Amino acid sequence: MTSDAAHRAVEAVWRMEAARVIAALARLVRDVGRAEDLAQDALVAALEQWPETGIPDRPGAWLTTVAKRRAVDAIRREATLAGKVELLGRELPETGELELPEPVPDDVLRLMFTACHPVLRPEAQAALTLKMLAGLTTDEIARAFLVPTPTMAQRIVRAKRTLAEAEVGFEPPGADELAARLASVLAVVYLVFNEGYSATAGADLLRPALCEEAMRLGRILAALVPDEPEAHGLLALMELQASRLPARTGPDGAIVTLFDQDRGRWDRLLISRGLAGLARAERLGGGAEPYAVQAAIAAVHARARTPEETDWPRIAALYAVLARVAPSPVVELNRAVAVSMADGPAAALELVDALAGRLGGYHLLPSVRGDLLVKLGRPAEARAEFERAAALTANARERDLLLARARQSA
Amino acid sequence: MRFLVMGKATADTEAGVLPTTEELEAMGAYVQELAAAGILLAFGGLRPSSAGARVRFSGGEPTVLDGPFAETKELVAGYMILEVSSTEEVIEWVKRSPMADGAEMEIRPLFEDGDFGDNETPEQREADTRLRAAVAEQHPGR
Repeated sequence: MTSDAAHRAVEAVWRMEAARVIAALARLVRDVGRAEDLAQDALVAALEQWPETGIPDRPGAWLTTVAKRRAVDAIRREATLAGKVELLGRELPETGELELPEPVPDDVLRLMFTACHPVLRPEAQAALTLKMLAGLTTDEIARAFLVPTPTMAQRIVRAKRTLAEAEVGFEPPGADELAARLASVLAVVYLVFNEGYSATAGADLLRPALCEEAMRLGRILAALVPDEPEAHGLLALMELQASRLPARTGPDGAIVTLFDQDRGRWDRLLISRGLAGLARAERLGGGAEPYAVQAAIAAVHARARTPEETDWPRIAALYAVLARVAPSPVVELNRAVAVSMADGPAAALELVDALAGRLGGYHLLPSVRGDLLVKLGRPAEARAEFERAAALTANARERDLLLARARQSA
Repeated sequence: MRFLVMGKATADTEAGVLPTTEELEAMGAYVQELAAAGILLAFGGLRPSSAGARVRFSGGEPTVLDGPFAETKELVAGYMILEVSSTEEVIEWVKRSPMADGAEMEIRPLFEDGDFGDNETPEQREADTRLRAAVAEQHPGR
């Protein structure tokens, strides 16, 4: 094995083992930042030794043992300095006796909860999750999020410090906060997914790869909390959205909208997985939860072989549910579009008009309203709406498009 | 990156010898580990080649050859589709599978959209698309 090949093999093992190694250490040192540092030290040792010795039979156990020895040595040193060595003798195992129990899945779940702890801002939660749960390097995370590597390194260091200062430790969330903490983990996974989904063709491939990372995290999470419907709902949503990725960019790199996409290029494997995951979320009683409802909307599109076959009344009904469980003006606007397709422009216009005061600066509101007025045969009003929308958007290409629509409606 | 991992046939799989309870348990635990790691997209086992057939294209007419087929080591007995970050990673995962002595697993990356490059004419690309749409039509909602 060349040293380059050995290096890549060690990195592959790290991707597989990072979460379990860090989680096992966090259980010992009760500080995930420190656990991650110790695990990184063990990785450096592996990179030095494995190219010579080959990859051990149980690489995860090897990494954890090396890191634990260092942790115990460090704790001893600190305790000695503090004059508490007698106390330690009873609590810590002998360095030579660190044959580990296999890390329990519960540790990985705790690690996820800790990385997504509410004392951290979402972008810090996402960075820590990719670093500790997905085993990405700081450089890879920086490239994926389009920030310089030192900036990302600093973000990660600060996040670890915040967790230590808040004395977050490594405890699972209590029953009273479980739902909120799980919601925060789901939100981080979806944030990572959207970061990848919004990447355009030609961008660094690490950005679209974030979709794969997010789905992998979503699958890990769904396996850890198999009875939580929203874990399956989110995974289904991501898989159904990602099924369209191959059809989503044209040869020139421009985004192709859902209705112009070549549906033959949709990824059938992801669609079948997404539909199965959605069914599972519904069986678990989560059919009306926000991610599952969005997945159900994506599923209606996935089932339509042509745009004309789209079941708009079903989509409009699902948006009505979403507007109830996750109300927002943007959801209402999407609902109006679905209603216009299902019941015609007049019904939709009523919904849009009800939004008037709540989406002031959002260019899609006048743009949708313009479309509805065109369909209702009111071109002069439509023109004014398109002009208003053009004035609100910061995107030059979009502005040109809207001004062209304004001219056509005169 | 997606990989097809094929478990090769053995004399036992070809003879229709079913796995023992222990083997099933070990394989179940392995598959469970792949699923828990978030990388297992699909998997399945194949019946012996005696239950299958081949269609050979030569001399203008397709010829049907019924199984079984002799070259056991070239036959496939099971498959998994894994989505991982690198070839090295899929190899490390496969090295952990609980295979008996003499078994062999073959790892092949799947083509991804656009991999055919300029060899694929626009007409072929369109035909490929029609084909996929037709296949999708046969399995609505799946």
